[in-house]
Amino acid sequence: MIGLTHFLLIGAVLFCTGLFMVVTKKNAIQILIGIELMLNAAILNMVAFGRFDKMNNGGQLMAIFSIVLAAATTAVALAIILNVYRRYKTIDPDKLNQLKD
Amino acid sequence: MTMFIILFWVMAVITIVPALYIAYSSNLVRSIFMFFITLFGLAGLYVYAMADFVAITQIVIYVGGILVLILFAFMLSGRETLERLQQSPVKLFNLKKIPALLVSAMFLIVLVNVILKANVDNQAWITRNIQAHNVIATTDITTDNIGINLMTRYLLPFEAVSILLLMALIGSAHLSRKEQVQ
Repeated sequence: MIGLTHFLLIGAVLFCTGLFMVVTKKNAIQILIGIELMLNAAILNMVAFGRFDKMNNGGQLMAIFSIVLAAATTAVALAIILNVYRRYKTIDPDKLNQLKD
Repeated sequence: MTMFIILFWVMAVITIVPALYIAYSSNLVRSIFMFFITLFGLAGLYVYAMADFVAITQIVIYVGGILVLILFAFMLSGRETLERLQQSPVKLFNLKKIPALLVSAMFLIVLVNVILKANVDNQAWITRNIQAHNVIATTDITTDNIGINLMTRYLLPFEAVSILLLMALIGSAHLSRKEQVQ
């Protein structure tokens, strides 16, 4: 059987990759992909711990809830990115310097 | 048993290497398609953690929903961004990226240290559940139990998530609609 530590190590690598993307990328959609990577690392940890909870399925159900929440946040974030592109003609977060036009 | 472990590590490589490539590349289309591969590798890892239902949910919602949404947003965001992105040369050791690389590498070191020292497999509640046979075995069917738990123990979060999903969809439809000229 695969130990819990291996899953946690893979999750740690994915989380740090996502963190690097969120800090460095110049494109809002790529930052969103970085956030998705971090979320997936967290979901992987929950699923890995959920194996030891057969009766209540706590970890797996929380993972499903997190996936649904990620879908909702992605829909809203992409709508915001489209709006930002329509107003400023760029999706580089460094170039956006005001909230209203 | 060795085949089992080899396949686990193949799955881990399929997950991690495209993720690193996404972080390295600045081509948006390529990074979106590499993200596909990462998500499929993660679904395989979920199967290794005895969570078949979560793996299928991951494929249906992430690959079928979120990635198509990202592709649509990318295609709607116009040609100028694409051209400007492809002009910029890819440099991993860009001077601006070194602090970010340092921060994430140090965070990775801290996380790995904590995970290796925590001795996760011998936690008190995990050994207790192993002794009580409360661990999902390879032959168990978990979907029935997940459905029953979703309708009894986790009913309130289920309803809350459904209402939040409805609100988010209405809100995003409202945000992305064309504005009236005033």
